[in-house]
Amino acid sequence: MSAHIDAPAEPGVAATPTSMQAALNAALRDALTEDPSVVVYGEDVGPLGGVFRVTDGLAGEFGQERVWDSPLAEAGIVGTAIGMAMYGMRPVVEMQFDAFSYPAFQQVVSHLAKMRNRTKGAVSMPVVVRIPYAGGVGGVEHHSDSSEAYWTHTPGLTVVTPSTPSDAYSMLREAIASDDPVIFLEPKSRYWPKEELALPVRTEPMCTARVVREGADVTLLAYGATVKTALEAAELGGQEGLDVEVIDLRSLSPFDDETVDKSVRKTSRAAVVHEASKFVGYGAEVAARVTERNFYYLAAPVLRVTGFDIPYPSPKLEEFHLPTAERILDALDTWDWEA
Amino acid sequence: MSVDFRRGDLPTLPDSAPVTLIDDEGHRAADARDGGFDFPGADELKSLYRKMVVARRFDVQVTTLTRQGRMATYPSALGQEACEIGATAALRAADWLFPTYRDTIALLTRGIDPVDIFPSFRGDWHCGYDPSAHRTAPQATPLATQALHAVGAATAAKLKHDDVATLAFLGDGASSEGETHEAFNFAAVWQAPTVFMLQNNQFAISVPLAKQSHARMLADKAVGYGMPGYRVDGNDVAAVYAVVKSALGRARAGGGPTLVEGLTYRIEAHTNSDDPSRYRDDADVATWKTRDPIERLEKYLLSTGLLGEDDRRSIAAEAEDLAARTRDAVSAETTLDPLEMFDHVYAAERPEMRRQRDFLAAELARSDEATGANA
Repeated sequence: MSAHIDAPAEPGVAATPTSMQAALNAALRDALTEDPSVVVYGEDVGPLGGVFRVTDGLAGEFGQERVWDSPLAEAGIVGTAIGMAMYGMRPVVEMQFDAFSYPAFQQVVSHLAKMRNRTKGAVSMPVVVRIPYAGGVGGVEHHSDSSEAYWTHTPGLTVVTPSTPSDAYSMLREAIASDDPVIFLEPKSRYWPKEELALPVRTEPMCTARVVREGADVTLLAYGATVKTALEAAELGGQEGLDVEVIDLRSLSPFDDETVDKSVRKTSRAAVVHEASKFVGYGAEVAARVTERNFYYLAAPVLRVTGFDIPYPSPKLEEFHLPTAERILDALDTWDWEA
Repeated sequence: MSVDFRRGDLPTLPDSAPVTLIDDEGHRAADARDGGFDFPGADELKSLYRKMVVARRFDVQVTTLTRQGRMATYPSALGQEACEIGATAALRAADWLFPTYRDTIALLTRGIDPVDIFPSFRGDWHCGYDPSAHRTAPQATPLATQALHAVGAATAAKLKHDDVATLAFLGDGASSEGETHEAFNFAAVWQAPTVFMLQNNQFAISVPLAKQSHARMLADKAVGYGMPGYRVDGNDVAAVYAVVKSALGRARAGGGPTLVEGLTYRIEAHTNSDDPSRYRDDADVATWKTRDPIERLEKYLLSTGLLGEDDRRSIAAEAEDLAARTRDAVSAETTLDPLEMFDHVYAAERPEMRRQRDFLAAELARSDEATGANA
């Protein structure tokens, strides 16, 4: 699992168990230290350190002119970030929870995503919008949405989601350095599990997918929290003699066709796994483009294993909604493997 | 930021009598209505007059071109020159302007060439000028969104300790939008050096102010946010200029934001595709035409001997020159490169974008070939 991680950037630094929350915190700290134009703001990101503690300690270290609590208003947060970017800053703003980002939708799709295009490239939008997203943590309604399809459907945005602490660090650093606006989706259920890691670390480039487990029979395409589910399915499938390859897409927009094509042409079978609803979901795009590009290599239709087409359910019911390893394997069983 | 938020005396409700420095008849207003603002100097008034005359000629010219079908659309600011010019003339070069779709003539005061203003109305490109070069954001069409950008830029200027303020234009319709509330609130809490110039031109397309707001007046809204609000005679360029200049100065000095409501009237239709006879009375329009901002200042300048025949001739010549240049520029054949559509979506190159660009390039090449074959 951790074979992809580069050696620590500073030799001699010992790897320690590091959570995604800690890795993101370190990425923000290092970006704030290195670039005076980086500012961090949003609801409760100051003294509280964010409701997930991703900004823990930063307001104290960098002062309230670099890291501060904004009024509780998401359109205001993104709208002011756009103005700050026009004035040469690199704001990193937080939406606190996925479904709380919807008031900011207009600012993101009408201005943040389009400013470069509207101005023929004269104005860049180096803004990162951090959105803790998806479920599996027992959140009440409006706290567990997977809103990636809204953002990925919008030209002008880069949309990424890490699944490991090392990627979280590396991708957030790259997102902050990017001159394009980045929607940075943080899978909530992956905030706390730890990985042996020495920071700072740089993993594969932000806009690429990665094969996290090699296999010969089928390719599972997953991202964010479902990478873990896909790996569980691979382990379980392995016990039954199924050799499963797992790809962590990492970048939802742009889509890394090359890595995916290569895998699918090898295995000839693919399924995409996500928590969001199926209908017009991100998996529809994945299935369509994998099919368009690889039809004659495919032995079976590309499957989607997703959440149901329902509003995200109550905490006590979410286990029935979220894709599981068993559900993935059951889906693979629907193929005619003799074909 | 919360650290340097200094809570001074909280503002009280603004005076409902608009600040007026030069009245409808072209006379210096009675002291009671001038709110204690500095009366602009002779050179400033002459400059404002010149800018308004030139801007109106431009506005009329563009409306004509739109009627001739040479422009896709144009929202006229006829009758609103005092707000547009008065407010933007109060900006310094380093300040930033955040205009809406109706604030085209305000762009002229920022030194933006009309040739670079047209592309969005002619249908060439969304924004034709470099916002950074002119410190003027692209004209915003969604209502009130640009007010937040103004607050963000102002806050960035404050963080960098730059002596810079920002000016955002809003309309009476936009005052109902949630983002106006957010902009006012963020600006006040962060004490952002921003001035909100709310042009109350009485109608949001067809909806009159009475159906838009139940407040006594839009300037009152400032009080709830803890910022000062002023109602100003929006057809008195001297008053608009003086109030906005004072507010910008206060903003730069760390005094925070200000809301200025300019009471004015939209003489033309909302855009060329609108029919105002369906929702407003000709008599009202006629009344407001008697309150014309240019005639008012002209009367004052003539009665005080500040405006001579030579001035009028040179201003008229400048206006005609701009109109002619505008006609020529709009009528000129332009060649657009369809492939440029793909060039400004992302800073970083994307394989998919390159594929789609190549696809269109191939299609265009085939089409050129076919045209060549038929020739």
